[in-house]
Amino acid sequence: MNLRKIFKFREAGILFALLFIWVVTAILNPRFLSSYNLQLLSRQIAVFGLIAIGETFVILTEGIDLSPGSVIVLTSVLVASFISSGMGVPCAIFLTLLVAVVIGLWHGILITKLKVPPFIITLGTFAMGRGLATVITKGQPVLNLPDSFSFIWHGMFFKFLPFPVLILIIVSGFSIFLLSRTIYGRHIYAVGGNITAARLSGINVDSTRILTYVLSAVMAGIVGILITSRLGQGNPNVGVTYEMYAIAAAVIGGTSLFGGIGTIIGALIGAGILTAVWNSLVLLQVSSYWHQVILGMIIVVAVTVDVLREKTKGKGG
Amino acid sequence: MEKIVKTFPGVKALDDVDLEVYKGEVLALVGENGAGKTTLMEILNPHPAPTGFYQQESGKIYFEGREIKLRGPLDAQNVGISFIHQHFNLAPNLSVCENILLGREPRKGGILGIIDKKKMKETAADYLSKLGVKFSADTPTGDLGVAQKQMVEIAKALSVYAKLLIMDEPTAPLTDNEVDKLFAIVNKLKKEGITFIFVTHKLNEVFKMCDRVVVLRDGKNAGSIETKEATEETITQMMVGRDLKMFPERKTNIGGKIFEVKNLTREGLIENVSFEVKKGEILGLYGLVGAGRTETMRAIFGLDQLDKGEIYIDGEKVSIKSPADAINKGIGFVPEDRQSQGLVPLMSIKENITLPVLDRISKSKVIKGEEEKRIVGKYIDELKISPGEPDSAVKGLSGGNQQKVVLAKWLASCPKILILDEPTRGIDVGAKAEIHFRISLLALQGLGVIIVSSELPEIIKMSDRILVMAEGKITGEFLSEEATEEKIIGCAVMEN
Repeated sequence: MNLRKIFKFREAGILFALLFIWVVTAILNPRFLSSYNLQLLSRQIAVFGLIAIGETFVILTEGIDLSPGSVIVLTSVLVASFISSGMGVPCAIFLTLLVAVVIGLWHGILITKLKVPPFIITLGTFAMGRGLATVITKGQPVLNLPDSFSFIWHGMFFKFLPFPVLILIIVSGFSIFLLSRTIYGRHIYAVGGNITAARLSGINVDSTRILTYVLSAVMAGIVGILITSRLGQGNPNVGVTYEMYAIAAAVIGGTSLFGGIGTIIGALIGAGILTAVWNSLVLLQVSSYWHQVILGMIIVVAVTVDVLREKTKGKGG
Repeated sequence: MEKIVKTFPGVKALDDVDLEVYKGEVLALVGENGAGKTTLMEILNPHPAPTGFYQQESGKIYFEGREIKLRGPLDAQNVGISFIHQHFNLAPNLSVCENILLGREPRKGGILGIIDKKKMKETAADYLSKLGVKFSADTPTGDLGVAQKQMVEIAKALSVYAKLLIMDEPTAPLTDNEVDKLFAIVNKLKKEGITFIFVTHKLNEVFKMCDRVVVLRDGKNAGSIETKEATEETITQMMVGRDLKMFPERKTNIGGKIFEVKNLTREGLIENVSFEVKKGEILGLYGLVGAGRTETMRAIFGLDQLDKGEIYIDGEKVSIKSPADAINKGIGFVPEDRQSQGLVPLMSIKENITLPVLDRISKSKVIKGEEEKRIVGKYIDELKISPGEPDSAVKGLSGGNQQKVVLAKWLASCPKILILDEPTRGIDVGAKAEIHFRISLLALQGLGVIIVSSELPEIIKMSDRILVMAEGKITGEFLSEEATEEKIIGCAVMEN
């Protein structure tokens, strides 16, 4: 039995689902294929894709990160505050991502050294991140961002590739390489597959897990900066329920909540499906009240499939 | 049972098996992994499985002269067949008496169906006293030890008037002392006319306990023999169908000291443990459960911090704070449970083998694919791992092949000292013989080997020198020529 072939097949299945949603939407509403909509779609895939990649790293080690939405809002108001207080854009971005790294370290260290469950520690950040964002801004948007900053979201690379998509391609390439070709990737799969065996093989299990939380927080930080650029302001109300999108995209993409199974390509397709569903609902003029309901249903189906897969695996031997 | 056939998709698990059991006997059912023991017994106790109920496709089952048809667990219970699984079916949150009479609680109050607690307790206590156990019927089952839970299972079987009791690996989780107690109870019940079938791996217990042995091989009945007339060799031979040497002829080439520990101490667990291993020597370490064997090995491998003690490799004092340190200093550790400690089941053979040596086969943290393939190919050939496909997932392999992957993994790290904790537990005799052979070869090539094992024959036949531990201390040391089971056990149970 070749595991890799099964993964390929699995991803082929969800890729087919993605194409199916695209085709149906395009037939029902030809505006789907307008260049405006395609740009919108691809930028949104970048947003979901980045947090899905971060979440995939964490879930691969049998962890969970509930903080992406709150890290997004915190980094958004931070980068806006830095810039509006006169700091240069590159410096502000660097500093903001550094804050994301610190948040990731905070999660990782408490989880590995103090044995706080991932669910709880990231739930803490879920509350604190959004709270801090409101404290910093007193609930008001941070305005007066320079035009140069808006390039990050609205800019085009060689006139055809939206800049966020370029970022997604670079990050995906880096992540795929990390997981499939480097020691770190092998360690992540080993820790998720069997943490005891990984430890006995001389793997530094703690730093491997810490790394995944840092990567997840940095991805959320990048998305925070992208969204700030899109809105032209640091808004303390962005990123709500994004942790759900991150987990949903990873799981739809075939990442097992039991750890050890999952790929970046899967996460990207998962993000594509979420975006496609959301985009089609808008184009097909389904009331926005229904969006959350439908998203919830998709998550339930994806997780149930994962649980059933785990069950049959256990029995099949 | 007559001409039982059971096929699974792709495999004929049972092929025209006949099995006769006589009233009041203790029958041992033995065979290699996959020989069909469990499948045969499941047919006597049909239960829902992912592939549907276990039921024979052809063949008939007779019980007390009458043909019976078993379609579900209740059918079996009604005719008087009870099955005690290796993993008990008890609800830990319920009390002992609730478990014993689960589903058959005595009732009062007519249709209200109130449980008659008093009567329930009395009935359960009755069965428990028959077994001579000391705990009360009120005890929450979750608080009991493994051996006590087994007694509850037996009491449960008695309460449904079982005439035939099937036990799957009943002694696996028990200590030697508890095994003896179990045997005493089985003997007592046997005299009352209850018949037992033991499905087991442990041949030495077959001789202590059973009247007759039936051997299954490749889904066929390979013969039956009275235990009085059998020897371990004859049974093994029946199991594998050929002559098999369990233990290789040892040639030894023992050199100078390469490994030494002095005064290893962990508060409350091990105390002043000192020993040495020479190049090319196999050191056997024996002790009862809780004697501190595994704790000693864990400490040497950097898994637990020592309170005191020194470790020397090649005469040089080394400091080991983590498994990574131990591996770098040349120690390999094959842990006792390959499923939960030795392997990452989802990963491929290749990925498992190179896990401890990734640093050595990579350049700036990027794994060199060619180098990895070369190493893995080498060990697959050398150890005859089957299937020899580096990319197959290890979870699909047989126990013996999985153990070879664990061995390959540690050989790839080129250790000077290899620690093997229960290297042949739960694998079939063929693979066992091969692993013994492999270990003796490694010693001959100059490795220092430490074998920790609960199997006395393995310890005595494989080791050049034997250490015995009890209560965290080393209580005996023998050269293999002078060691006997009695002497070793004498040291292992030494009080204070």
